Amino acid sequence: MEQVELANKNDIVMDIVNVTLRFGGVKALSDVSFNIRRGEIRAIIGPNGAGKSSMLNVINGFYTPQEGEIWFEGKRRPRLKPHQIAYQRIARTFQNIALFEGMTVLDNMMTGRMIYMKSGLLSQLAWWGKAEREETENRLVVEKIIDFLEIQAIRKTPVGVLPYGLQKRVELGRALAAEPLLLLLDEPMAGMNNEEKEDMCRFILDVNEELGTTIALIEHDMGVVMDLADRVVVIDHGEKIADGQPDEVRNDQNVIDAYLGVSH
Amino acid sequence: MQTLLFALEVSINGFMTGILYALVALGFVLIFKASGVFNYAQGVMVLFAALTLVGLQQGIVPFEHLINNLLGTSIHGFGWNMPTLLALLLTLLSMLLLAWLVERLILKHLVNQNPVILFMATIGLAYFLEGFGDLMWGADVKKLDIGIPVGISDTVEQATHEWFGYGFFIDRLDITASIVAALLVIGLTIFSQFSKTGRALRAVADDHQAALSVGISLRRIWVIVWSIAGLVALIAGIFWGTKSGVQFSLSLVALKALPVLMLGGLTSIPGAIVGGLLIGVGEKLFDFMIGSMIGGATENWFAYVVALVFLLFRPQGLFGEKIIERV
Repeated sequence: MEQVELANKNDIVMDIVNVTLRFGGVKALSDVSFNIRRGEIRAIIGPNGAGKSSMLNVINGFYTPQEGEIWFEGKRRPRLKPHQIAYQRIARTFQNIALFEGMTVLDNMMTGRMIYMKSGLLSQLAWWGKAEREETENRLVVEKIIDFLEIQAIRKTPVGVLPYGLQKRVELGRALAAEPLLLLLDEPMAGMNNEEKEDMCRFILDVNEELGTTIALIEHDMGVVMDLADRVVVIDHGEKIADGQPDEVRNDQNVIDAYLGVSH
Repeated sequence: MQTLLFALEVSINGFMTGILYALVALGFVLIFKASGVFNYAQGVMVLFAALTLVGLQQGIVPFEHLINNLLGTSIHGFGWNMPTLLALLLTLLSMLLLAWLVERLILKHLVNQNPVILFMATIGLAYFLEGFGDLMWGADVKKLDIGIPVGISDTVEQATHEWFGYGFFIDRLDITASIVAALLVIGLTIFSQFSKTGRALRAVADDHQAALSVGISLRRIWVIVWSIAGLVALIAGIFWGTKSGVQFSLSLVALKALPVLMLGGLTSIPGAIVGGLLIGVGEKLFDFMIGSMIGGATENWFAYVVALVFLLFRPQGLFGEKIIERV
């Protein structure tokens, strides 16, 4: 297993080909193509309203593009419902934290294991056999992630009462619990203070390096993106205007214009 | 002393009624939490469940009036009584089928619509089910008897007579209803706290998008909550039906669930239970203590006045989430 992964180190996890997404007459994305390599941190950036979040929503199936193809793990992805895409091990976080507020940290993270739990309703009702075994096994995985994210102390706390930065971390934990092949992060540093940002940065790098998770993230903070990302794709007005290493992108005239608001 | 004991007896009786209010309110809360739908048809589901149970048990041929009129036959029942347990099981199955059909035929097509539209759809469902139930099983008042003991409990009366020198009149049906309702609530709580599907139910109640993102199918969850609401309706239907006969007025019990919800909060399961008990005890006690001074029959309006006061001063109810609108 490990050898296969090493051999394919540079292959493509996801290939987005000529994707166009419309809402009525408005084009949110037009003819966007880029790919995500295994093991990299891929950033999607662009000014406000450029279509970054739409792109993420296309990848995780909340939106279905009118045109274009999405190739995942070497196969063309058919039209799937959002919850089915979770079963393909694509996990995500949200720009405005979307945790289950009434539930504890542990329970929130256990929902991330939902896709691995297959016990039937009857077995669950009796809390016997498969259901019980499944809970224990999946609990072990979640506990490891709790250790990894250093949130042992709050595992039984309802997430609603946690400070913002910790909530973001729990949300990351829930996504990690799915052991994703592709992890999508929608503005993971939005609304954080500097200290929280540094923490989050470190965790994202750790997830990428230690767990080897492929990450695609949207971020506003250019400084953060340049430090974190292996490659950057820039979207403006729904179109891809640049794609490459952070340094290349930074010096691209189109990108500079888009961010400074030069009219075309 | 005598008055105090009498008041206590009244309270206990109110408590028992309150449990049934709580059961109906619980059905509302479950569906509202999971799908944001205020299910106006919950009361009719109680009636429908009770009707189906009686119909099956008494061996009534479904649609027999319709068949007789159309074909000129004169069928009057199968001529046998179905064993109670089998009838219960079949009724439960039909409530599950109903949940599945509601999702298939109504909710699925109205996803992401304005809540008012979904509410209207459940009003439609209520009237449909009411008519359909009548058409299927006949509109006459039916007596429901599945072997639950009814009548004043001698044991309680004698025991209380020995202790207080005053015998309490408590209906055995009410005692059974309380025990069953308590077991049901405990069971539901354990299920929702400790099972995978329970966790998914709570997740959907909190955040639809996040639930989808971890692989929870909303439609499957909706079928499950409507099924649970169907089960709760069946249990409420059994006890109300045994108490006062299976007839149209059974669906009006649900109207009492509305003040219960306003008191307890639309989104809180403990709220539904506490609200039900408070209304049940409150209306009986109020009628006992103040009713006679103002001409009686306060039970009809007491609950609604309490609800009105709550709407004015604490619109989210005792346990409901505070309503915060983002501006």
